[in-house]
Amino acid sequence: MITRFGKYILIMMRVFRKPDKFKVFRNQLIIEINNLGIDSLGIVAIISVFMGAVVSIQTAYNIDSPLIPLTMVGFTTRQSVILEFSPTIISLILAGKVGSRIASEIGTMRVTEQIDALEIMGINPANYLIFPKISAAVLFNPVIIILSMGFGLTGGWLVSVFTGLFTTQDYIDGLRGWFDGFTIIYALIKTVVFAFLITSISGVEGYSVKGGAIDVGEASTRAVVWSSIMIILFNLILTQLLLS
Amino acid sequence: MIETRNISKSFGDNHVLKNISVQFEKGKTNLIIGKSGSGKTVLMKCLVGLHEVDEGSVLFDNRNFSGMSFNERKAIRKEIGMLFQGGALFDSLTVEENVMFPLTMYTDQTMEEKKERVNFCLDWVNLEKANDLYPAELSGGMIKRVAIARAISMNPSYLFCDEPNSGLDPHTAGVIDELIKRLTEEFQMTTVVNTHDMNSVIKIGDKVSFIYKGELWWEGDKSQILHTDNQELNDFVFDTELTKRLKKI
Ligand SMILES: Nc1ncnc2c1ncn2[C@@H]1O[C@H](COP(=O)(O)OP(=O)(O)O)[C@@H](O)[C@H]1O
Ligand SMILES: [Mg+2]
Repeated sequence: MITRFGKYILIMMRVFRKPDKFKVFRNQLIIEINNLGIDSLGIVAIISVFMGAVVSIQTAYNIDSPLIPLTMVGFTTRQSVILEFSPTIISLILAGKVGSRIASEIGTMRVTEQIDALEIMGINPANYLIFPKISAAVLFNPVIIILSMGFGLTGGWLVSVFTGLFTTQDYIDGLRGWFDGFTIIYALIKTVVFAFLITSISGVEGYSVKGGAIDVGEASTRAVVWSSIMIILFNLILTQLLLS
Repeated sequence: MIETRNISKSFGDNHVLKNISVQFEKGKTNLIIGKSGSGKTVLMKCLVGLHEVDEGSVLFDNRNFSGMSFNERKAIRKEIGMLFQGGALFDSLTVEENVMFPLTMYTDQTMEEKKERVNFCLDWVNLEKANDLYPAELSGGMIKRVAIARAISMNPSYLFCDEPNSGLDPHTAGVIDELIKRLTEEFQMTTVVNTHDMNSVIKIGDKVSFIYKGELWWEGDKSQILHTDNQELNDFVFDTELTKRLKKI
């Protein structure tokens, strides 16, 4: 555990250097935003719509007292989606999708000596390979999460259309009621921290692979497990820090 | 000239290289030979700084490479080309982009100039019309040739080849050996080649260093190697049934 953390810090110190050539970095960044970000939008959209729908159905079914107004459905859906479902659950999904991809891509480059080849050319491979991925996720994941919120709230609304458990007007009133803009800031801070955790942990796991194909597979599993654990842990820490 | 002075390297209790002092000469193909696991790759990686030596030093034309920082080494790295055992081509780039990669990183040449250089290098290794293929679409021999083209794209003074003909059929292996020798002579590079293939030794071994259990056991050239009375070297050279019988004749 301690040595794992030490290794992480050492590699991170090599990652955060000035890129060898800015033009090359910019191209890498665009490629990574495409690979890690745009490519994930489909699955994020599907999961978000269904998540929002489930929260609103659950809330609607659980309101059985006439004293609780149906606007509660919109309110509850909004709060759950913005505070936890979009930033935390979607980040966990991305930890699985993006984390394994990063670890196996970099790990394969390690075992096939592509990283050695970069090093021989005088390039800092940690910086060249990992920095654009971290930057891409930190910049683009907030966009993904905002979209996810939109999809989630839409999912909640679709429930009213298909089931009639509550009206569109109830839902919109609920969405608008008691709104605190800081919840969005809070969600985005979490998103950025989680994006950093996923890409840096997975990058380091891939970078430090030794051996062959089996080791790449193991590194990719470890990347997902550790990213997820760290997301859960930091979710607790950040919630305590930001909302208390 | 590349020179090592008393270098040693261990991984834990495994003493892979023991006190090796050896010289590799300019304009010659210098071979490092030895059985699989004898430490050839580790020696080569120590030469280029992929492994740090525990003791001793590595000198590139009297410049002490071992004592340098990452940034100081960068200057020498630009003069180094290396051919890895598996080719180590970048999977996500085409043949052309692979060979162009060092030029993009280190020069301010225009696209036309870079393309011209890439085609010159690919021409040298006899690969035309492969520019837009990806590494996954190439045969073993083609991968090695693209890797050579990439290694020479910056016009290096030092060329390192780790088992350049492993995994190739004897004919293709011979072509690659020939290519390395011609490049070395044409561009007066200091070339170091790891191999366990006796065909290469006989064909291109201007200078041969035999590593046995991590020690430098014997040095000489391709004409001397068949007439030595060094027991371990003889065991290595005449290892196959065919060569043993020929030796008796
Ligand atoms: N990165 C490493 N970590 C630990 N041991 C290594 C490493 N690289 C090589 N070795 C060990 O060094 C010895 C020599 O390996 P190598 O140089 O690859 O042999 P070869 O002559 O076949 O190229 C082997 O015993 C190998 O296990
Ligand atoms: Mg080897």
